[in-house]
Amino acid sequence: MKKNVNRRIFSLVICFLCLMLPVTLSLSGCSANGTTDSVTLYVYNWGEYISDGSEGCLDSNKAFEEWYYETYGVKVNVNYSTFSSNESLYAKLSSGSVSYDVIVPSDYMIERLIDEELLAELNYDNIPHAAENLLPEFFGETSVHSDYDPGNKYSVPYMYGMIGIIYNTTVIPEDEPNLGSWQLMWDEKYEGNILQFNNSRDAFGSAQYFLGLDVNSDSDEDWRAALEKLKEQKPILQGYVMDEIYNKMENGSAAIAAYYAGDYLAMYENNSDLEFFYPEEGTNLYVDAMCIPKCAKNKEIAERYIDFMLTEEPAVANAEYTYYASPNRVVVESEEYIEYMGEIKEDAYEKMYDTGSVATSTYRNLTGDKLLLINTLWEELKSDVTVSGAIYVMCGIILAVLIACAVASYVKKAYRRKFYVSK
Amino acid sequence: MKFLSKFYIGLIFFLLYIPIIVLIVFSFNESGSLAEFSGASLVWYEELFNDEEALSSLLNSLILAVSSSVIATIIGTFGALGLYRMKSKYVKGAVNTVTNIPMMNPDIVTGVSMMLLFVAVAGFLKSQSFFGFGTMLIAHVTFNLPYVLLSVMPRFRGLDKSLSEAAQDLGCTPARAFFKVELPEIVPGIVSGLMLGFTMSLDDFVISHFVSSPDFQTLPLYVYNQTAHNVKFSMYALSSLIVVAILIILLVVNFAGSVGRRKVSEKRG
Amino acid sequence: MRKNSLFQKIAAAPHIVWAILFIVAPMIFVLYFAFTDAEGNFSFSNISSLSQYGNVFILSIAFALIATVICLLIGYPLAYFMSKQSERAQKILMVLVMLPMWCNLLIRTYALMALLDNGGLLNSLLEKLGFDKIPIVGTNFGVILGMIYDFLPYMVLPIFTAMTKLDKRYIEASQDLGCTGFQTMTRVIMPLTVSGVVSGITMVFVPSISTFYISQKLGAGKIDLVGDTIERLFQNPSTYNVGASISLVMMVLIIISVGIMNRFTDDDRASDGDKGQKKGGFMP
Repeated sequence: MKKNVNRRIFSLVICFLCLMLPVTLSLSGCSANGTTDSVTLYVYNWGEYISDGSEGCLDSNKAFEEWYYETYGVKVNVNYSTFSSNESLYAKLSSGSVSYDVIVPSDYMIERLIDEELLAELNYDNIPHAAENLLPEFFGETSVHSDYDPGNKYSVPYMYGMIGIIYNTTVIPEDEPNLGSWQLMWDEKYEGNILQFNNSRDAFGSAQYFLGLDVNSDSDEDWRAALEKLKEQKPILQGYVMDEIYNKMENGSAAIAAYYAGDYLAMYENNSDLEFFYPEEGTNLYVDAMCIPKCAKNKEIAERYIDFMLTEEPAVANAEYTYYASPNRVVVESEEYIEYMGEIKEDAYEKMYDTGSVATSTYRNLTGDKLLLINTLWEELKSDVTVSGAIYVMCGIILAVLIACAVASYVKKAYRRKFYVSK
Repeated sequence: MKFLSKFYIGLIFFLLYIPIIVLIVFSFNESGSLAEFSGASLVWYEELFNDEEALSSLLNSLILAVSSSVIATIIGTFGALGLYRMKSKYVKGAVNTVTNIPMMNPDIVTGVSMMLLFVAVAGFLKSQSFFGFGTMLIAHVTFNLPYVLLSVMPRFRGLDKSLSEAAQDLGCTPARAFFKVELPEIVPGIVSGLMLGFTMSLDDFVISHFVSSPDFQTLPLYVYNQTAHNVKFSMYALSSLIVVAILIILLVVNFAGSVGRRKVSEKRG
Repeated sequence: MRKNSLFQKIAAAPHIVWAILFIVAPMIFVLYFAFTDAEGNFSFSNISSLSQYGNVFILSIAFALIATVICLLIGYPLAYFMSKQSERAQKILMVLVMLPMWCNLLIRTYALMALLDNGGLLNSLLEKLGFDKIPIVGTNFGVILGMIYDFLPYMVLPIFTAMTKLDKRYIEASQDLGCTGFQTMTRVIMPLTVSGVVSGITMVFVPSISTFYISQKLGAGKIDLVGDTIERLFQNPSTYNVGASISLVMMVLIIISVGIMNRFTDDDRASDGDKGQKKGGFMP
């Protein structure tokens, strides 16, 4: 028996050593790398929001690392991570447990971060390309889209776009009367085929646009009305998702979803049955901009990172990768870019930059009590689950059987005890 | 009846394995679609091996698993020794119960409780980058401890106390007696505790999810992030490799053991 | 016996310090957060606001209960039939049960979702064969199916272990004494494998009731369970308090139900090691 135990242990140890081997090897490799001085730049961006080197495109972060090393002789290591909603970005940032150097929130979140003094003022000496390359309507004193940060003291626009509704033409017929309207998202015919945003602001926004309410409303009733609309929609939804939408729309798991315009083209590339429109009741125009949080450890490098992303090569690569509309002159005027967009889809360029065909508005930061209210209402929506009768019946049966078993075994034991005692 | 039972086993295992088999098969799918198989290719594996994020998270996972299991084993082994020698039954029971909390609790509660602690400490220290390898290591050691104790404690209970006493009578210091006499006896327990901790730590997602930072991403966290976004097919390749690796390890561990056992039983027979 | 030396006295010290710092202290923080408001003042407001989550709790408990019972109904016969196979076959089957346990839960859940999604393999096959699609993802059924699929091995393994430990002579004796096959099953085998059943139930019920990944993927974010709620509330510092109180309630619920479960084996032959183990207890 002893021998058997020893063998087993021996084989376990061998296994463990095999597993450790790569670790020790790579650890030694790691320390070799670690000896050179390098700075880590923490970048926190939306998912799928930067050219990442796949399929032969430019890897913007790598390009920055190389460019920085060549220009300044310092090794910078970009630690790039992604979030899927402004709210989760805010949570991470305000918890104070992690620090980032560059973040890319949307307009209303930038306003909130400025209000709460979480952003650092930018030094434009390090970002010369901002004034040079950005379109005047998006940057500086002339900007009409920077209400969230007048004069762009804290933020440099990265991409912009509008929310539209994506639908699958194999499921939704051409003569569907609700095409062109938010009503499509509430159409019971397509029960189980509709996806809604899994973040409070965009989800409430969709209901507010549909109802013709102000998305920055001051009145509690407006928000409650939107909640009721969303509750009404919940039973016919397939689910609340964010970036999972790509796979679901591409493989036909869902047929209707509201999402950001640029992402539509990314899906269209993989499934040409998908079509897209901006709802006539009006929709949201958002600007995502690069900012530096106060807690940033390498502000100067972060500014140079922002500047680098405004230069032609990475800016065009990013715009081509994300398909979002770019506020950058060098992108919009680039022949290569326009041609590229045309190849993806004939009207892609026009669609992405079409800010005039429907009424648009932007989300603004809300007062503290409204933010709290949205949070509460969102919780109310998410926790609004119905326990169907079938589930009650099943649980009832299970509990009944359990109780019956317990009683039976108790009775049996009592009987036996009596039996043996009497014997 | 015999046929029926075989059929039942086959059916359940078939159902249990379809998703995994589909995953492995489609990881070779050229087109990157889950609905149709268009042709075998290794492109996704190639992409995986070029994906630095995946590779670095694998490395992180291994570093974390090794360090946390080693630390937990050391602390847990000495802890077991101390508990075994402890006279007060109440203290012993209390420590045992407390140590077992992470094992009994659902992972999510352990995760959020550690997160609350770390958030409070980070707030107290006014630290901006408190989360990372350190917090992950602490959390992993903590949930590994009960498993180490679980595998080492029975070994101590099975020890012959007189051996250690004899060693001390023969002039060993208690520490020396422990290392010379008792330690070799409990090594199998230590090894299985180490292995357990290693695999638990390698596998953990929920607790890591709450105490991690983007600095230090482990493989399960990487998979989670991947599945929350536009899933690249290299994820399928990665998953297939993980399944195959685990299968090999399980086969080796089980069958290497059984060869030894059969030999012993043959000798006896 | 000799007196304990200093070495032996301090051997457990690091362990005890660690346990106090990183097991007891976090629990105290959960308690503290559960009974304070965002400003840190003592209040019951979190606990009282839990009524909003009543249905979420009911749904979670119901799902976990149903999944556990179905796992038991599938797993018990499976373990029994497995134990009837030849020793070699048993070994292979054991590896087959353990493989999914050691394989990351995220991967398996995602694989299942990819298979069952409306545009996944199953539904596209059905469509090709001319049937209607079956919507599974985003329904209650989908979430329960996910739990069963993910946690079935945790049910099978402890029962199987109990079956193999069972002394064959008891079965022979019962047959000699004139039991029918059914009677042997209910009077001998079942009572002797209760300990395996209990640890199997614990190992399925606890992760089922606290999961959030399964409901996120197979419920498509629409079906909210306690785990999802906790996860979401802990993403926002202003809702840590409510999140902590939900965690606390869940913890108490689980302690109570595990306590009840363990009562079933207290008077029987359960061995200590079988109680409340997670998969860790089944390292080869």
